[in-house]
Amino acid sequence: MTDIILILVGTVLVNNFVLVRFLGLCPFMGVSRNVEAALGMSLATAFVLTLSSAAGYLLHQYVLVPLDLGYLRTIAFILVIAASVQLTELMVRRLSPLLDQVLGIFIPLIATNCAVLGVALLNVQQASGFVESVIFGFGAAAGFALVLTVFGAVRERLDAADVPLPFRGTAIALITAGMMSLAFMGFSGMARP
Amino acid sequence: MEFERRDAPFVTPSGSVPDMMREVLYALIPAGLAYVWYFGPGFILNLLIAAAFCAAGEAAMQSLRGRSVEAALSDYSAMVTAALLAFALPALTPWWVTATAALFAIVVAKHLYGGLGFNIFNPAMAGYVVVLIAFPLHMNLWTAPRMGDIDYHYLTFYETARYTLTGALPDYLAFDAISRATPLDAIQSGLRNLRTFDELRSYPLLGDFGGRGWEWIGNFTAIGGAWLVLRKIVRWQIPFGVLAGLLIPAGVMYFFDSATHASPGFHLFSGGTILCAFFIATDPVSAATSNRGRLIYGLGIGFLIYAIRRWGSYADGVAFAVLLMNMAVPAIDYLTKPPIVGHPRKRRETR
Repeated sequence: MTDIILILVGTVLVNNFVLVRFLGLCPFMGVSRNVEAALGMSLATAFVLTLSSAAGYLLHQYVLVPLDLGYLRTIAFILVIAASVQLTELMVRRLSPLLDQVLGIFIPLIATNCAVLGVALLNVQQASGFVESVIFGFGAAAGFALVLTVFGAVRERLDAADVPLPFRGTAIALITAGMMSLAFMGFSGMARP
Repeated sequence: MEFERRDAPFVTPSGSVPDMMREVLYALIPAGLAYVWYFGPGFILNLLIAAAFCAAGEAAMQSLRGRSVEAALSDYSAMVTAALLAFALPALTPWWVTATAALFAIVVAKHLYGGLGFNIFNPAMAGYVVVLIAFPLHMNLWTAPRMGDIDYHYLTFYETARYTLTGALPDYLAFDAISRATPLDAIQSGLRNLRTFDELRSYPLLGDFGGRGWEWIGNFTAIGGAWLVLRKIVRWQIPFGVLAGLLIPAGVMYFFDSATHASPGFHLFSGGTILCAFFIATDPVSAATSNRGRLIYGLGIGFLIYAIRRWGSYADGVAFAVLLMNMAVPAIDYLTKPPIVGHPRKRRETR
């Protein structure tokens, strides 16, 4: 139980994938223009991340390792991720056409979200077990969702702010992301076993 | 029944920004005097340097944007930022550290966001966090507070000014001779080295509740803070939230295990707790705007301060806690939108 809490605190706050490891910045900047889109993207990414870290673990443990195919790891993981993204896209299109319209191109883009591949590779690197891998993926997704949603709300406010012309739009958003990253350094040192 | 009639002038706080900022500065005076008494004249130097660079940054940004420089300088908000920075920095700080913090606070954290009223992050805390991360060596050089019974070298005004401007200490002194762990540092590392809280309490830097000197600065800060609450310049929700968010977890942990946890009194009277509750967290621009939101915002800051002090690697978490809740403010406001007057309260529809 303590392990699980430590993994969650570690991935959501201390080593947040976006603000500390700097993975998954493309959707972070691309889909944070408003809160609803950010929430939808968070849910979709969370689903993909948890699914693909479980599938990635099984693939690595029961196919790649027994067959001594470790060098195919990256390609195999990309395949697994692409498949789970496809599954998510079908589900979103079926269950919520509105969300499908809001997210549009960004759902297929989850496949190229480096956070997803990052989680799968880190799981192998840390040699975690099945449960840890899934929790790790879920924590990464929860951390991603947390900062994406908060950032979406911040950006809605930035749109109304009297920002100097050269800094409007993406520039001030990147500065804000940097400040959030500074603030997240306050969590450093937590979740030590 | 007769009601007593009172004649004008009634003392009411005015709503204007310059008046409000001025009152905040007045309320900081007792704390500033206590700070100078305990930590020496370095505070005054820091304040002057921070004020100069804040004013310069403000003037430069306003003129670059083709706006009135006087209007921005006469609202005193840059001076409040400078004052809060001076309280956050150690009394012995090289001038370029203070200048970096002040310029980052005003130029990046405030004016790139559009100036007063638009900044997402509290400028003073943003500036402080930048120098805390960039110059950890200088930011950890705290001197001991003035305590009559300990033989200890106090720097004169000349020696302090020389260090601030050139970074040179007198020849006969080394850093080790004047620097001391802050009480928060001492307790945090002591508890992690498996010593008990009672054992650590006998450390000469610790007073009745918090650190010696620190607790008196806290008292004087609270006087100014109470005045601001009475004058209704700050609403009670944020200070109450910060203190409750810190003291409730501290109290619960101390109640169940008083050996390995610092007492709530220690948390209250150490570091920047009281300054944060009344002066930093209450910045009207970067705080939440509804009453319910303010309470959540305050509680969040208090709990994050506790979490960083207890589990994090920084000794005091005030600046980080404030920045973390600053960035959550738009989301908090979004969730605590008050109902429109005259409309029945109902579930918010998705847009």
